[in-house]
Amino acid sequence: MRIINRKPSRLTALALGLLPFVATIVGYAIASHYRRLDNPADKLLPSLESMGQAFWRMAAIPDRRSGDLLLWVDTFDSLWRLGTGMAVSTLLALTFGIAIGFIPHVRSALAPYLATFSLIPPITILPILFITFGLGELAKIALIVIGTAPVMIRSTAQAVLDIPREMIIKAETLGASVWQMTVRLVIPQVLPKLITALRMGLVPAWIFLISAEAIASTTGLGYRIFLVRRYLAMDVILPYVVWITLLAFLLDRALLLISRRSFRWHHLGGDAL
Amino acid sequence: MTGSTDIKLSVRGLEKSYDRTPILERVELDVESGSFCTIVGASGCGKSTFLRMLLSQELPTRGEILLDGHALPDEPTPDRGIVFQKYSVFSHLTVAENLILASEFERAPLAGRLFGMKRRQAREEIDDLLERIGLSAAADRYPAQLSGGMQQRLAIAQALAKKPSILLLDEPFGALDPGIRVDMHELLLGLWNELGMTIFMVTHDIHEAFKLGTRLLVFDKIRHDPQAPEAYGATITYDLPLSSPSTELQQGPEQIAEAIGLPGQSDTPIQIETKTP
Repeated sequence: MRIINRKPSRLTALALGLLPFVATIVGYAIASHYRRLDNPADKLLPSLESMGQAFWRMAAIPDRRSGDLLLWVDTFDSLWRLGTGMAVSTLLALTFGIAIGFIPHVRSALAPYLATFSLIPPITILPILFITFGLGELAKIALIVIGTAPVMIRSTAQAVLDIPREMIIKAETLGASVWQMTVRLVIPQVLPKLITALRMGLVPAWIFLISAEAIASTTGLGYRIFLVRRYLAMDVILPYVVWITLLAFLLDRALLLISRRSFRWHHLGGDAL
Repeated sequence: MTGSTDIKLSVRGLEKSYDRTPILERVELDVESGSFCTIVGASGCGKSTFLRMLLSQELPTRGEILLDGHALPDEPTPDRGIVFQKYSVFSHLTVAENLILASEFERAPLAGRLFGMKRRQAREEIDDLLERIGLSAAADRYPAQLSGGMQQRLAIAQALAKKPSILLLDEPFGALDPGIRVDMHELLLGLWNELGMTIFMVTHDIHEAFKLGTRLLVFDKIRHDPQAPEAYGATITYDLPLSSPSTELQQGPEQIAEAIGLPGQSDTPIQIETKTP
């Protein structure tokens, strides 16, 4: 049988899926072991146990100076910034995306501007944001919004344009007003694609969050990583990276699950990713 | 045709061009109320364009279309129902939701949606209709879970929700199996007999056109410039009454098919029936 026609069983698929993860961990453990044989005080590749201890220290032992459980404070603050930023972006995507996609005059007025605006590298705006909004929460949230909203608006507008013209005409012949078409046809058709846009937007959102926190912050996952970098504290940085990845993964899965639950009709015809 | 007092729709000097390329030219037509006009023609002859203009999905380049003596509105309105070949029904709504949508638009201007008692009432109102189109058991399914024939039955029922005086059908059965097509013909003829609306149906199946229509309109180019094949548009070349038994049919489906270069064979057997509008 040709290899393209051989399908793994469920168990094989699971094992194959786990293989690269296990290989990475084992590879790391070996590399770390040999480095520490040369120099027991090595900081670059700390042992799995020391990383576990560092993670436990961050998660369960109150900080000596502030008395906080640093991991949870960092996580909460970062997720709050990320969540607020993405909520604003999603709201902007929904309102502007639908207006641009549905109403030709709005499209003519805003589409070229938006196309230009979305090409500004968001990080270059960060200094401007710090100058205008100060170093507080607003500047960080604004960076996330500026970095993600234009692309999300554009993909939402495209999703509106992708609604088959037949459906819109059918709604007109059923006596729908523009508002009724928006709430009963356009929004329901676009929401599942907005969730996809949100999932795609989260990838750059994390980058902007970590960058903003690294530059000016006193809490947050990005702040912590860049803070302990000064002490070469790989035993904190590596678990934090894994933790951030896990959070991003769970967020993505949760959104996919919400989409599948709420928009069953959208996922009927087979699904990708 | 002229002289009748009951003209539903008139087309006067209709022309349509895209980027100066004429698609349709010099189309003249009067259609009596309650007619079932079937429209055939080679692909690219502008028959679907003609239907889209009847729907106001597109506007004529020149000429006018009069509905009950008044110019058509510039956009689709509830007085003209439409069934497309696909995407006719709303994929995010179940069968029942698709059918109550029109009454939700009418009764809930702001929310576009009925709740509680009113919703249940609207749902009960469509019970008979669901039965009629054989979708009672599928009422809570999404269109993607229906067969092609079921989807088109739903599309027809939905298009008739606002009791339009004109029903437009753009190759509605083009994607269906022959056996299912015959069922669809019966449903459509039954609804037409009952409601008496004027129907325009574009089809590429000449036998279907003969079987269903009271009047057959054939679109074709009559002027040809061999140096510039795009120079002229199509117009109505045959206008055959099919209903009255007194009319001797000079042309059968095969002759028409040959005249306009369509395949004459069909999967469905020819059944020219006498019909009562």
